[in-house]
Amino acid sequence: MQAEALRGRVWRFDHDISTDVLSPGQYAVDPVEVRKLHVLESVNPAFAPGVQPGDVIVAGRNFGCGSSRETAAENLLALGVACVVAESLSRLFTRNAVAVGLPVVVCHGILEAFADGDDIEVDLGTGRVVNLTSGASRQGESLPEEMREILAAGGILAVLRSQKPVDVSRRQH
Amino acid sequence: MTLAERILARASGRDRVSAGEFVVADIDLALMHDIFAAQVLDLLVDAGVSDVFEPDKTVVVIDHLVPAPSAEAANIHHRIRRHVERLGINAFYDAGEGICHQLLPERGHVRPGMLIVGTDSHTTTYGALGAAGTGIGTSDMVYALATGRLWFRVPETIRFELTGDLAPAVSWKDVILSLAGRFGADGAQYRSMEFAGPAIGNADMSSRLTVSNMAVEMGAKFGLFPADEITDAYLRDHGGSGSEAFGPDPDAEYEAIHEISLSSLPPQVAMPHEVDRVGSVEEVEGLDIDQAFLGSCTNGRIEDLRVAAEILHGQHISPGVRLLVAPASRAVLQEAMRTGVLASLVDAGAVILAPGCGPCFGGHGGLLGPNERCIGTHNRNFIGRMGSPQAEIYLASPATVAASALAGHIADPRRLEVARAG
Repeated sequence: MQAEALRGRVWRFDHDISTDVLSPGQYAVDPVEVRKLHVLESVNPAFAPGVQPGDVIVAGRNFGCGSSRETAAENLLALGVACVVAESLSRLFTRNAVAVGLPVVVCHGILEAFADGDDIEVDLGTGRVVNLTSGASRQGESLPEEMREILAAGGILAVLRSQKPVDVSRRQH
Repeated sequence: MTLAERILARASGRDRVSAGEFVVADIDLALMHDIFAAQVLDLLVDAGVSDVFEPDKTVVVIDHLVPAPSAEAANIHHRIRRHVERLGINAFYDAGEGICHQLLPERGHVRPGMLIVGTDSHTTTYGALGAAGTGIGTSDMVYALATGRLWFRVPETIRFELTGDLAPAVSWKDVILSLAGRFGADGAQYRSMEFAGPAIGNADMSSRLTVSNMAVEMGAKFGLFPADEITDAYLRDHGGSGSEAFGPDPDAEYEAIHEISLSSLPPQVAMPHEVDRVGSVEEVEGLDIDQAFLGSCTNGRIEDLRVAAEILHGQHISPGVRLLVAPASRAVLQEAMRTGVLASLVDAGAVILAPGCGPCFGGHGGLLGPNERCIGTHNRNFIGRMGSPQAEIYLASPATVAASALAGHIADPRRLEVARAG
């Protein structure tokens, strides 16, 4: 996989940003056009109206903790968020981000290196993160190859479509 | 190999696997509930797969939006029923049967050693029976249903060696809350938690289900108990044959082993807005409450309702407090009816909700307004979880929740034990 650097503007969030704030339960079965309006509203009401395509989320520990709801990752993708860089990520959020094609990077020390509105450069291949505003940089962990292949394909459903059709009736167990 | 490694090795057709490896494993059971089932099954059809991989390995439960609180929810349920019929899914539980994580063990779908995925984070619950259960999203579920397989990273395992007897009025809910407090909400991130030690021999299946359920609140992928006599007896009582012992290999390698004594543990409370902001009940005793919630896949079983009924029997909850009770299944509700538990709760002022998820996930049926405070037996107290972001949610055991409903403020259930003993 070739090195892939992306640049964007930072929205900074603290630790333990849960799926309940990324995709509130009250809107669980609403369409994505409705859901995306409420993303993170309980911690930063300016985010959903203000986020621009290509913006990047920088967050603390345990980002995406809580529910299995894939809408947490899908909502961010729908708002145009290009990448999430966090001190640590919940297992389910990581899995869902990969499944829907939202790049994520785990990077210790990221929270102190960025302020809201800074410009960021993230190299998904190497995990290198640079603050283009302050010049600070941090070395993150790029995702394992197995996950990056799914991301590069555009998500797990794209992988499924690219595979040979599965004849379930003849599947051996 | 650890329990997690043994299960993933078997499911991926390998002799051995170890932590950090990626495997593609066969799925033994796939669970969907009403928030995601319609979307998954629509996507499955869109993906060009005309049949569920094996309908008998698929369970669909309508439990979150029960009874349908909106026209949209009713329509989603309608779509689910149509899909279920067309795809020939036999294991379908319609609205009112109960919460998925109660029904799967209760109706005999879970066996030790199984690999189970569900579109719900609390799929870790099945670890109570020695099954590797874990949550996945909708896209992964489409892939799993279409191919029968899914990729997994073999997790590192953290072993918890538990010793000592619990004090009166202290429960296994207090144990898992204390572990979350001590190790943090990411203390087992992407890890398998394995419970062991003499104390687990005193944990009945209801208690184990509570512990495994909340393993995900520490970030865990699995929360596994070995299968033993307690597992065997539970399986026999719930529609199946018994099971042989199933545990980790003696030479299994662990990332960490924590030895913890439970004997001096006081009742625990998780405070707003993090599950790992945990302290002894004494730290928050006296805080006024507006609502008490008894239910959820964590603590909505008959054992939980019985504890609350014993505390509330013959008394009435404090004026101005709402007590909501959501039995985890129809069977739990029936048992509560037969044994007088239901009468004690209703006479004490409880509102009985339909068996299901109720207000736990903030969908409907008992949401909180600004500046309201709720203490509940459920599993999450995140900001905005039950409605207003200005509301406060405290998590505790059924005994602490019942004692608090009675007092009108957060209360220590040990004081009731003392009162009754004296």
